[in-house]
Amino acid sequence: MSELPGDLLYTSDHEWLRREDDGSVTIGITDHAQAALGDFVYVELPEVGQDVDIGGDMAVVESVKAASDVYAPVDGTVVAVNESLADDPEKINASPYEDGWIVKLQPSGDIDEGTLLTPDAYQNLLDEEEA
Amino acid sequence: MGKKTPKHHKHIEAGARIVDFGGWDMPLHYGSQKEEHHAVRTNAGIFDVSHMTIVDLKGERVRDFLRFLLSNDVARLKEAGKALYTCMLNEDGGVIDDLIVYFMDESWFRLVVNAATRDKDLAWINKQAEPFDVTVSERAELAMVAVQGPNARELVAPCIEAEWRQTALDLKPFYGMEAGDLFIARTGYTGEDGWEIVMPAAQATALWDRLLAAGVVPCGLAARDTLRLEAAMNLYGSDMDETISPLEAGLDWTIAWEPDDRDFIGRGPLEEMRADPARRRFVGLLLEDKGVLRNHQRIVVEGIGEGEITSGGFSPTIGRSIALARLPAGDYDNAQVDVRGKLLNVRVVKTPFVRNGQVRIEV
Repeated sequence: MSELPGDLLYTSDHEWLRREDDGSVTIGITDHAQAALGDFVYVELPEVGQDVDIGGDMAVVESVKAASDVYAPVDGTVVAVNESLADDPEKINASPYEDGWIVKLQPSGDIDEGTLLTPDAYQNLLDEEEA
Repeated sequence: MGKKTPKHHKHIEAGARIVDFGGWDMPLHYGSQKEEHHAVRTNAGIFDVSHMTIVDLKGERVRDFLRFLLSNDVARLKEAGKALYTCMLNEDGGVIDDLIVYFMDESWFRLVVNAATRDKDLAWINKQAEPFDVTVSERAELAMVAVQGPNARELVAPCIEAEWRQTALDLKPFYGMEAGDLFIARTGYTGEDGWEIVMPAAQATALWDRLLAAGVVPCGLAARDTLRLEAAMNLYGSDMDETISPLEAGLDWTIAWEPDDRDFIGRGPLEEMRADPARRRFVGLLLEDKGVLRNHQRIVVEGIGEGEITSGGFSPTIGRSIALARLPAGDYDNAQVDVRGKLLNVRVVKTPFVRNGQVRIEV
């Protein structure tokens, strides 16, 4: 398993988020998640402008094997979606932390980092699941 | 931890992701389900199917027994080695299991039944066998691989001892033969040409290594499922079970109605269902919108009623989503599927979706 990017935060649902300079957050799924789900064939994205609640489902990624919800890690509003995934969902497999990003949110308040995992904490979670 | 096949360590070596399947630790995939799928359609893949249950039935009246036990008629098996696909029904006409039966000789038939149904199958067969004085032996010591794909037989042939090689290559589809310790059959579950090979467990690892070295791609259960779905081959437990008759699972063709005086288990209820105009259709579906069809999604046929997807997924060969579904009776080609609350369009298509590497439906 490759090293986890150190500049990201993670969730126990195997998602990552990056805090951007403009205050928005970019969200995707981790390398571990893409490897577990396998080859992606379809992504259902939310509408830009849609409000999402923390823990609510905001997108669906479907691999050959299974459909999996992508949850909002914070409360906020969808400000961008990765339209290129419609034609090339396998980008998530090839580049889960960069080209395979899924949704960008504008958080509606301060982000409570206590609900998120640091790279070390997420690595511990993966190690526990492995064991 | 589940039961392990003789090749378990080989799967780990090849980077397999392991899942539980019917109590067995089986490889789901070795990296990419899609690449494994394409390998079988275009070249050759090998599946460890040692979890399948092999049962040898022996006795003077074994043919009579199987004519009673199975809905297809082993009277059709006249040449040694010939195989038959059939259902084994309960007294209500529901499917206990689907299986392949091989005619070995007049006092010996071999069954290959599913892994997940092993216990109830053996109990049922033993119970029914008693009056026929047939012995039922599970051959758990045997391993089994399926090598499938257009190049499969050619790549396996060098691994077969010279004295049997040509005879094996000359096997017609749905025939098997003994080749020393091996039993080789031209059968499979992918819609491609190939062999299924039964052998003593000790030989399985060596064959596996040799075939991988020859370029045969190791394939997991995930690819096996998309391949069999494209070939529109039923999966027990998804497409049919003990509450479903073969008539509502697209398996009409496996029921031997003639001779009409053959008494087989489930025949009475089956005859009644056969005459029922309300009996549900079992069809292939192609998703016309974007998305992926999945098991248990609800199908809506406007003005007629509702049905359900029994096996749905993405077809790597077609690049679209396909499914098998049980739908209300009626003459229609279009329906809708409920995917997370949205109704998407599906079209009824004639199966198989894919056969011998070729897409067989109009996309």
